[in-house]
Formats: sequence, C-alpha cells, structure tokens
Amino acid sequence: MKELMLTNKAVARGAYEAGVRVLSAYPGTPSTEIAENFVKFDGVYAEWAPNEKVALEVAAGAAVAGGRAMACMKHVGLNVAADPLFTAAYTGVNGGLVIVVADDPGMHSSQNEQDSRFYARSAHIPMLEPSDAQEAKDFVKLAYELSEQFDTPVLLRLTTRVAHSRSLVELCDPDDVKLRPYEKSVTKYTMMPSSAILRHRVVEERDVELANHVNGMDINRAEYNKKSNKIGVVCSGIVYQYVKEALPEASVYKVGTVYPLPIAEITKFANKVQQLYVIEELEPFIERQLKAAGIKCKGKDIFSLQGELSVLTIMEKFNRETPVPEPEKVPGRPPVMCAGCPHRGVFYVLNKLKLTVNGDIGCYTLGAQPPLSAVDTVLCMGASIGMAHGFKKATKGTSNNIAVIGDSTFIHSGITGLINAVYNRSGITLIILDNSTTGMTGHQQHPATGKNLKGEPAPAVLLDELCRACGVKEIDVVDAYDLAEVERVIKKDILSDEVSVIIAQRPCVLLDKSVKPLKTVSDCRNCGKCMKLGCPAIVRGADGVKIDPDQCTGCGICAQVCPFGAIKEGVRQ
Amino acid sequence: MNILIAGVGGQGTLLTSKVLGRYAELCGKDCKLSEVHGMSQRGGSVTTHVRIGDKVHSPVIWPGGADMIIAFEVLEAARVKHFLKPDGILLVNDVRILPMPCITGAAAYPSGIKEKLLEQINGAFFIDAAAIAHEAGNVKSANVVMLGALCKLFGFDKEKMAQAVTDCVPEKFRALNSKAFELGYERVK
Repeated sequence: MKELMLTNKAVARGAYEAGVRVLSAYPGTPSTEIAENFVKFDGVYAEWAPNEKVALEVAAGAAVAGGRAMACMKHVGLNVAADPLFTAAYTGVNGGLVIVVADDPGMHSSQNEQDSRFYARSAHIPMLEPSDAQEAKDFVKLAYELSEQFDTPVLLRLTTRVAHSRSLVELCDPDDVKLRPYEKSVTKYTMMPSSAILRHRVVEERDVELANHVNGMDINRAEYNKKSNKIGVVCSGIVYQYVKEALPEASVYKVGTVYPLPIAEITKFANKVQQLYVIEELEPFIERQLKAAGIKCKGKDIFSLQGELSVLTIMEKFNRETPVPEPEKVPGRPPVMCAGCPHRGVFYVLNKLKLTVNGDIGCYTLGAQPPLSAVDTVLCMGASIGMAHGFKKATKGTSNNIAVIGDSTFIHSGITGLINAVYNRSGITLIILDNSTTGMTGHQQHPATGKNLKGEPAPAVLLDELCRACGVKEIDVVDAYDLAEVERVIKKDILSDEVSVIIAQRPCVLLDKSVKPLKTVSDCRNCGKCMKLGCPAIVRGADGVKIDPDQCTGCGICAQVCPFGAIKEGVRQ
Repeated sequence: MNILIAGVGGQGTLLTSKVLGRYAELCGKDCKLSEVHGMSQRGGSVTTHVRIGDKVHSPVIWPGGADMIIAFEVLEAARVKHFLKPDGILLVNDVRILPMPCITGAAAYPSGIKEKLLEQINGAFFIDAAAIAHEAGNVKSANVVMLGALCKLFGFDKEKMAQAVTDCVPEKFRALNSKAFELGYERVK
C-alpha cells in the first residue's frame, strides 16, 4: 500500500520498520515532525530532550546498550550535539545509531545556512542523503544496517525541501530486531587517552573500508542518457530531483552516500561524459573531494554558495531558452507575532525604555521587527544571557542592556549562561518569556510544561525555583499582559547590581482556549500610539483605528497603551 | 500538472494541498507536495506546491511553471502571479489582509490589484470565498469553497475531488465542507 507522506514522517516510519527502540530529539524546523510521528507507533519510546546534545547522548546510550536508536535535530542543533558526535565515532555502536540532521538552505526558519555535510567528514561518520520520502524511509533502514555492519554512527541528512515535501511511500511491516547483548569493553566504550588512541586507529581503518564499500552500494548510481554524453552531472538529495527535471538530456550520477563519496564509481562516470558538473546547494562539498581525487569538474564557479537551487536556476545556467517571468514588486509580508501574543507587551515596554536587548531564538525573535524594533542581538540558542553578561563586563557594568529568552530556549541552553552571570557577578537582568511551550516549531512540550512528547503528565521544572537554585536572589513572576507591572519590575531590576530574573508568564495565545471580550474603539483621536504594538488586529484609517473582531483575542494590551481610554471592551458576536 | 497555493500563514493552505494530493492518489497518479513550516507560518506569506503527473521529480514549482494558482488573498496573488504559465488559471479569494509594513505605514497596500490581474491574465477569477463559506456554515471552510471553484474552472473529476475533500476533513466537519465544496463549484464564474 502506498501513502502520500511527509518525508519527516517517512523517516519516522523507516525508524519504526527498522525496529528503533529509542528516539530522542529537540524540536527544530525542518526536523520536528520526525519525533512527533515516531511517538505514535506502538511499543516504541520517544522523547523531547532539553537540547540536541542530550538527545544524542541518550541515543548513544541506547545504542551501546544494544537497541537501535535515533537522534533528530536541525543543522544548528548538530553544533550543540557536536561534542558527543565526534567521540561516538570513536566508540562506535552496538545496536545501530542514526543521527538525522535537517539543513535549511535559504534559511526558511533558521539563523544561518551551514552545511552539515562537513560534520560527516570531520567526525569520520558516513552520511546518507535521500531525495524524497520513499528514499528517506529506505535510507533509514539502510543506515541501520550500515551502522551495525561497520560499527559506526550514521548521519542522515535532509534539507528543507526534502523534509517538508510529501511523496508516495510504500509501507512495510516492522522488522523484528532483538536487543543485542551489551558487553563491557573499556577499550571500546570508555574514551580516555589510552583507549581513544586505539579507537582513533579503528576509525581511520573503518573510513578506508567504507570508502571502498560505498562504490558497490545501489544508492550510488549512474543514470546514462543513451543519446548524448555531452553533459554529466553529479548531485544528491533534492538537487537530483531538480536536475532530472531541468536537464533531461544530461547523464546523472546520483550520490546516496555524500560521505564517503563513491570516488571510483564517479571516476568511471566522469570518463564517460564530455563535461562533468557538480550541482549542489551550499558549499562545494562534493566538488572539492572530486577535484582532490583528480576529477575535472565545474561547480561553484557557476552556482551560488548561498540559498536554494531550483529547476529554473539550473535551466538558466545551462542557457535554456526559458523566459523568466519577473516578480511584481509588492509590499512584503514578513511573519509577525500573532494577535494576542503575550510577548508583544514586553517588547513594547523594552522599546519604550530604550534598552539594548540581547535576544534569543524563538517566536520572540520577531520582537526585532518594526514597529516593536526592540531586539539588538540574536546569535544562537541561549546566547542572550552570555552576551548580556559580556556586554556588562566590557562596559564595566555601565551598559543599559537586558537579556530576553523563551522558556524552552532557557531550558535548552540558557541555564548555564545564567549560572555564569551569577558566578561571575555581572548583575544582568534576564526576562524569561514563559509561554509554556516551544512556540515557533509548532507547540512542543519541554521539561517545564508538565507534559511529555506523548502529551502525558510529566514532572515540571519550576523556572523560579531553578533560577533561585542557580543563585539568583531577585526573582519576579509577572503577568505578561500587565504592562505597568512589567515596566515596574524592569525599571527596578536594571538599577540593581545583582543578577535578577523576571518571569513573564502567559500561555501562547494559540493554545489559550479562554475567551476574552474583544476590544472596540470609540472616539479615537488617531494618535497612533497603539500602532506601535504591531498588532495585526489593529488597522489605522484616516478617521482612526479599527480592531478586526475576527483577529482580536481580547488580550487588552492596546487598551493599556491608549492614552485617551478610547479602547474598551466590546461584545463578541 | 502544477498547482501553486499562496496565502497568509494560518489561512489553511496546507489542507488545500492535502486534498489535491488525495485527489491525485484517487486518480492513481504520482504526486509531490511541498509546504512551509516554522517561522513563515506566523502571519507571513506562505506558498504550498502541488505537482501531479505520471512521474514527478521536483516537489517545488518554478516561476512560469504553474498551471493553476489558488491565492487566498489578493496581494498574495500579485506576489506569485509570475509563477503562472501564460494560459494558466488564477483563482483568487477576494479578500485583503494588510501586511505589517502596510499596518505601520512603511508601505501602502497597492490599489487596483484585482483590476490589473483581470486585465493581464485571461484565466483570472475572483470569488468571495469567505461569504460563501459563511453561507455554508463556517468561514473557516473558505479553502474548500476555493477547491470547489477550482474543480469547476479546471474541469477536475468532480466526484473524485468531492471524495478527496471528505477523506481529508474530520468526520464532524464533513457535511459542512461538502456544502462549501458544492457552493464553490456552483458560484464561480
């Protein structure tokens, strides 16, 4: 039976069919749906970990214990998990271990467009790259065979257009995979210099074996055009699909193992075509390896290092007679905080107080956009706190800056920054925007929400108690909708020499099912003050502002900023 | 056959593409969909791509490659119209949602988009899907109204498309959505 399936769901299906026992992940676009779909299968264990490092360590533990295991993350998450990754390459596995990493060329929902393929090469871990949902499922199962055969973790790389596309998938029954016995081996699993020196040798030998092995793998294949040998293209992942459509006359070498590359097979292919091209998104990862192996090819001298490729960009480079229609110049529609978002009022106050804001990763990064324009720096998950501390140290405490982070991000990697600020006495103020969910990725649970990945009740980390345990003495818990109170505690705390934490609470408005009376406007003087909130429910005309009753959630923040009391409670129709 | 669905995050473009995907399955065709998750969903411009054929490679449609565009908002129709093939069909929900730059006054919502689109594109159609959905019983079924209209305009197999709608919506909303589909089919012209 075939099913039209999201590729991320197909990865989950592949893991299920491969008998995976343990899956651990931290949400991150475009990888989130793998864990969400895997947990629906009977008899498996899946969890949200507080961050990707923990997720990979959990999966590594499960694999060493003898069960097949998977860790899933977005590309920047692999940076967080890089520490266990490099050494898991040394220990190898027992039950198979697959790490799924989803890159985001074009940055649809990310802060950079790093190319995760380099991790495979520098950690000496094989990496497979599927090009649609069926391949994703097949490659997952193959990855477990490879992992156990060569005693190595295996990386599976997706990109946004693969992860978030749907295509037909043939379903199979799950394999009956038994738990392998665990045998103590200090030289294999206890990585200290004496054993790691031996394991490093094993890794290098394995790399050579794998480099030979991949030449005989079916997922690396040449597709020759029998009529012409003019153009040969080496490609993998989504680019393969684009090339098949853009260049029907080309011979194509489809790479399934982007590391190690099937160099011998590609050499044969290169010898059969007149001009060889490597078409790949982001870095010249394949191209440089081919050139190092003495294979002549063109690549990044024609194609960009940045952003996504498409059928059209490939056709253009090969001078196809394709009229490229120009897009019309129309006003942009950037993403915005939802009407009723509890973050809005906090950023309004921060902007009003003209503070330098060290921001973080989440929906609240949108606080940087006009008209709120309240965020100065965003670097990576958890960086708000470390950067705020650095600001204070560089300016000898004179800077007017404040850190802002979400609840899920604080748990992910903010806690250590806070401990550092307390320990090294920078006197920063931190606002935790606690909306009781991981918002941007689509409302996932985390250790402070009181529920687990399955939605079952779970012990909840209490954020105020946690901050207290880190040594913070000044802690205020406020209602994020109460602007006067938010302003009062911020003004109080930024004058303090001690580290202080403000926890601004309100559940994400998309999850809040309570119905509040909507707001209406009467006798508007059109001063425009409420327009500084950037609320999509408020629209300004020549005769004043109007509130869209379909969008208004009744949060009441606009009524608090109106200096003339023109915004009042209305009646929901 | 390439269908581009454009709208504002939260308008239900995803359900529309799922129905079209189900339609392809019912017709025994190959099909690929491409969708957007994450940040862009927060009230930003979103596009969903549907490709149906004997063998589909790219899940993404390119400029000049769409046989049909369903736009859930007028400005979004203007934003993606260059994806349409010269003889393609552009079906637009006749509604205006101001983007933030227009709300803050940094940009003006262009006037006369509808007139321009009708003038430039032979296959352009506008429909008040929200009003028709309201008549069917719930404004949220506007996307299914659009599907009904598209079915009529392009000449899809009506029975199969209606089946696809039924297969993709929760049981308790089936009657409502069937009505929305029928009304969309009847009213478009």
